[in-house]
Amino acid sequence: MTTSVDTKAPEARREKSSGSLGRYIAVRALLIIPTVFILVTTVFVLMRSTGDPITAAQGGKLPPDQLAERIAQAGYDRPILVQYWDYLTDIASGDFGTTLSDHRPVTEVLTNFGAATLELAFYALIVAFALGIPLGRLAAYHRDKAPDAILRVSAILAYATPVFFAGLLLKLIFAVWLDVLPVAGRASTRTELELQLVDNPTNIYLIDALKTGDGAVIGDVLQHAVLPALALGLLTAGVFLRLVRTNVISTFGAGFIEAARSRGVPERRLLRKHAYRPALIPIVTVMGLQIALLLSGAVLTETTFEWKGLGFQLAQYLQARDFVAVQGIVALLAVIVALTNFFVDIIAALIDPRVRY
Amino acid sequence: MSQTPAEDLAPHRSRWQRLPIVSHLRISVGVQHGMLVVGLVLTGIFLLTALFAPLLAPYGFSQLRDDSGMFGAQQPPSSEHWLGTTQGGLDVLSRLIWGSRTALYVIVVAVAASIVIGVILGLISGYFGGWLDRTLIVIADAIYSFPSLLLAIVLAIVISGGQSDMWGGIFAAALSITVIFIPQYLRVTRAEVVRVKAEAFVESARVIGASNLRIMTKHVLRNATRTLPLILTLNASEAILTLAGLGFLGFGIEPTAAAEWGYDLNKSLSDVTSGIWWTSVFPGAAIVLVVLGLTLVGESLNDLADPRLRKRAAGAEPVEDLGVELPRTDEGAQTPREGTL
Repeated sequence: MTTSVDTKAPEARREKSSGSLGRYIAVRALLIIPTVFILVTTVFVLMRSTGDPITAAQGGKLPPDQLAERIAQAGYDRPILVQYWDYLTDIASGDFGTTLSDHRPVTEVLTNFGAATLELAFYALIVAFALGIPLGRLAAYHRDKAPDAILRVSAILAYATPVFFAGLLLKLIFAVWLDVLPVAGRASTRTELELQLVDNPTNIYLIDALKTGDGAVIGDVLQHAVLPALALGLLTAGVFLRLVRTNVISTFGAGFIEAARSRGVPERRLLRKHAYRPALIPIVTVMGLQIALLLSGAVLTETTFEWKGLGFQLAQYLQARDFVAVQGIVALLAVIVALTNFFVDIIAALIDPRVRY
Repeated sequence: MSQTPAEDLAPHRSRWQRLPIVSHLRISVGVQHGMLVVGLVLTGIFLLTALFAPLLAPYGFSQLRDDSGMFGAQQPPSSEHWLGTTQGGLDVLSRLIWGSRTALYVIVVAVAASIVIGVILGLISGYFGGWLDRTLIVIADAIYSFPSLLLAIVLAIVISGGQSDMWGGIFAAALSITVIFIPQYLRVTRAEVVRVKAEAFVESARVIGASNLRIMTKHVLRNATRTLPLILTLNASEAILTLAGLGFLGFGIEPTAAAEWGYDLNKSLSDVTSGIWWTSVFPGAAIVLVVLGLTLVGESLNDLADPRLRKRAAGAEPVEDLGVELPRTDEGAQTPREGTL
């Protein structure tokens, strides 16, 4: 792949790419609309094909006439196309519905619990970068020797372990047997009370804790974050490790490396500087897919550690059979995923000259 | 690049030796060979356990008592219950063994359904092109970018309302996984079809007057399936993880209908806090080992199919370069090594 790019005449490349980046961004931005539309429609059609949400939540608990009354009140007895149109116009104006079980707007649920999920995802990404990239380089450096074999098997193990099982194991070892870290939750009760006193809480506990300036509070928040971040981060770390390894190995065979080698650049420097940096580009490209994986993982990690974020809340609504809430959260996440993918694609296009359409 | 390495080098070998896995075993060396063998062994154990579950399991998956009385809840491993009992008083080992059967059912249904639908759509999309192709690709990309577990949850609600008997649960899990996989098969098949479509033999078939259907099945499909074994193994492992995830969130199969590892892990959440490890460690380890086995097989197939990552056995007959110029430094910098794993 790299060779075909390198052999292309530089003029031709420049000509092809000049001015096309703006067009690429525009086309990519327009593609968000059908993507979101398809996802939202799919979720709506699927959820509604099971019947109305009121029956799902209350069926069997209420007498039939009361049930029918509540269905009529919520407008679920109207033709499905009318409901669909209402739903689309609501979403277009930013209204994702109101939950059945606790009567809160879904957007409010998101702003309350989204911060917690964001915080968890951020910690997990730190773990993934800190472990995945250096270890991937190490594996490439010792290609096909013992360290490589061990690291590759560990990466596959990280992928093969469901995040909730990794979480359970970490909990068992560090929270129960060694008793050095808290079992669950985002902070101890005392810290949570203290955090509630912060002005304009962001609900990102680390930021709120920093605002209090109290060392014990910051320490408590960080201690609670270690195990969930490890559980979720290890999965992505494995993906990064494999990517970096494969890419360093393949860039190591590229023409510009040979050119550098023939100029007398030492092998270690070749690996550290020349082959390493281009190998990081694909990581940005796969970040888009990682966001989706991270969100799925966050749902499971939050349930394991009672981390009160979007995923934890989603699981609660699922258990309560509150399908309006589920539909709302899922649709909202779809929008977030589509937007993140857009930004990741743009960043990838900006830093990688080969991505041009 | 149109043939698998095995076909390239050995037209005279028997059919058995040209089978995908067998030929891969022959051409792999060193670490890769070790990974492939370990993967095949783990996958083999899983398949045998699933097949012979009724013979292997000491008790039924929902059995609470035997002749000597109730099993008792949360009993540590003992001679009667090798892996202990669960919170609900079920035998952990029996649920472990029966669970492999549930996992296998889900894999078979999910992979079979997504291959059939995905390959057909990919063939149509790649062969005819045009607006149909573009629409299918946009839809597939939209679904592919979505967090798979969330989609599976929505589908599990649709198919079974969340809770169900054994086959209902198996189909709910399998079909929700299918929807996630279809875009992958569609994409891969489509890419291969677009590549093969331009080849001269397809053109000549068209000149002879073969119908679209005949060209698609006879000429294009046959030549477009080389990457399928790889995706198949990776998807099988993904199917197990998704099934376990659904079960863990309480959206799996009822414990009285079938044994399911994810469900058992969910029930063991509270056990962990009180230091009871056997209810979570064993079902979790089962998931890890099966996924590990399948992934190792898939990884090895992937590496062997990629000339940049493949290594050669010392003294083995050269694998024909698949139209790709191998960088000399890449191969020359190291001597082939064997048995480093």
